[in-house]
Amino acid sequence: MALWVDKHRPTSLDKLDYHIDLSQHLKKLCASGDFPHMLVFGPPGAGKKTRVVSILRELFGPGSEKIKIDQRIFETPSKRKLELNIVSSNYHLEVNPSDVGNYDRVVIQDLLKEVAQTQQVDVSAQKRFKVVVIHEADLLTRDAQAGLRRTMEKYMSNLRIIMCCNTTSKIIGPIQSRCLLVRVGAPTVPEICKVLHKVVKKEHCGPLPESLAVKLAEESGRNLRRALLMLETAKVQCHPFKENQEIPRMDWEEFIRVVMAQVLRMQNPESLQIVRGQLYELLNHCIDPTTILKTLARELIAKVDGDDIKMRFAQEAAFYEHRLRIGQKAIFHLEAFVAKIMSVYKRHLMSMDM
Amino acid sequence: MSFFTKRQTTGSSSSAALAAAAAAQKPWIEKYRPKTMDDISSQEQAVAVLKKTMESQNLPHLLFYGPPGTGKTSTILALARDIYGPEMIGSRVLELNASDERGIQVIREKVKNFARSTVSHNIGNQSCPPYKIIILDEADSMTADAQSALRRTMETYSKLTRFCLICNYVTRIIEPLASRCAKFRFRPLEEKHSRERLEMICRQEDVKIAPEAILSLIRLSEGDLRKAIMYLQSASRLIGKDAEIGIDVIADIAGTVPESIIDGLEACWRTKDYNAISSEVQNVVADGHSAAKVLSQLHTRLLKNDVLNSIQKAKIAEVFGDMDKALCDGADEQLQLLNMMTRVSAIAA
Repeated sequence: MALWVDKHRPTSLDKLDYHIDLSQHLKKLCASGDFPHMLVFGPPGAGKKTRVVSILRELFGPGSEKIKIDQRIFETPSKRKLELNIVSSNYHLEVNPSDVGNYDRVVIQDLLKEVAQTQQVDVSAQKRFKVVVIHEADLLTRDAQAGLRRTMEKYMSNLRIIMCCNTTSKIIGPIQSRCLLVRVGAPTVPEICKVLHKVVKKEHCGPLPESLAVKLAEESGRNLRRALLMLETAKVQCHPFKENQEIPRMDWEEFIRVVMAQVLRMQNPESLQIVRGQLYELLNHCIDPTTILKTLARELIAKVDGDDIKMRFAQEAAFYEHRLRIGQKAIFHLEAFVAKIMSVYKRHLMSMDM
Repeated sequence: MSFFTKRQTTGSSSSAALAAAAAAQKPWIEKYRPKTMDDISSQEQAVAVLKKTMESQNLPHLLFYGPPGTGKTSTILALARDIYGPEMIGSRVLELNASDERGIQVIREKVKNFARSTVSHNIGNQSCPPYKIIILDEADSMTADAQSALRRTMETYSKLTRFCLICNYVTRIIEPLASRCAKFRFRPLEEKHSRERLEMICRQEDVKIAPEAILSLIRLSEGDLRKAIMYLQSASRLIGKDAEIGIDVIADIAGTVPESIIDGLEACWRTKDYNAISSEVQNVVADGHSAAKVLSQLHTRLLKNDVLNSIQKAKIAEVFGDMDKALCDGADEQLQLLNMMTRVSAIAA
């Protein structure tokens, strides 16, 4: 049984529930036969991939849904072998070159050139080009992005590229100027509620109280995928839905709350020792360090009073997140963050006492 | 202008249909690339010097540098076409760019082999200069090792081959290479030239566009003609043939953040209310706007702001600089925006 997220994923541009204007524009684009390179960006869970799949369907018909996965081996100039999974149909390829880390340039060069240099022979074919979808394009190295530049222009007649990413900040200018930028914003709370109601209706599992829907939507942080997953969990926990049902949280989120409570309860080396153990536990469960830091900061900020201290916490979080990104070992920076927060908080408490 | 008319296709009808289809799908930046030196409408200085050297049949090694979209690649391609004519260009010119493997190995083998083969003075009845051209596009993404491997090659085979290096940042070309070349700086295009070109394309392609939209197009592209043409084409595709392109469409395509959002952020500078700032930032991030764009637009606003005094502005500029660095390092956008906003509000409020 598929998850509801996958089961109810819209498959064509007409069936998309929000950003209707965008869907109309995209439809026009697909019909015009003159399709540009695209850069689709937006926060997670906003429906980027759903839109890309719908575009492919609009361009090539149902044939684009017959996909197969195969493993390709690329060889770097230094004879190192790289393995990469490629999802492909007759009309398109999907790759995630950042999987191979620093060697993504090789994948871009080899794969794209191979696709680009094969021409469609069949004159009656619907479209004369193949589409390459690059996921997580913001993780591509600069070298790989530079490798895309000329290829995108030179082989425009055989190849179109659709890139998916969370932010355009890390895409170099020359690539941005060669693409049509498509922004997919996160759905608003009412839009999420609408989708939730629709899914519940399709699943025939009783009415969904409006207050619960709003609560789910707000809790998800405008992330539709997360909202749907939470809805499904809620259904498993308690069905039929109740007005004031407790929304199930992830285990790790609960755990971060424990960490937060510890930080605010006591600010001394012993407490830091305990927190270190807890942080290690989180890391051992493969929670992304950035997520840990962000969630921890959010919980902390929500718990303390006073604008000044909140701002201070936010600044420290940003500072240590930056460090975390450039640094090597996550635990150092997480611990440094906690220590800093403890010291700031203690000073704050002492100044209040006086 | 004869070169804009479609080339006559000969042969069977199917190949003609293919060619027509290919032409229709060609991006405008390729379609309207200048074909000869005379077509190049700006960069007068560089073009004039190059024309002079062409007459004397003695071309130095070239180094073109300048921001993207200012016509560096177009100029050298036009130059090559002028020198060799469309038939010979394939065998006399080797073009390598960042999409090709350009490690030290390739420089030693491919480039050297091409560089040392001699070519005859004239082919058929057409006279032709006795040298070849190697174009190294995007040369600033070549490794320093590969660049130093070029040094001697350039000198040894200078009788047979001219090199043309193209890059955005001249500082990334090692000094020994730079000193072997005649340097040409390509400036961002002036408004006049961009406008001429864009209007010409609009006429050719039958695009209806409001005059103020062209203006905003030029302003948003900041002298990068390729960007401007790309935006224009995307806009005309989105809108369709019949409707007129307005400012809002252009802004949408260029990925600019709506003014109302920037207004909201700027208003937050005056408050010290954390929750207001936080919710504003949350909305910006959820709507998918890129933090780098928000930052650059806020920066423009900062310059125009007349409530803040110079010292405050200078301090804020420093905060912006820190944030830009952090974003380049790949830090989280939401946290960085929050950080920037809170620090600025501490300065401004």
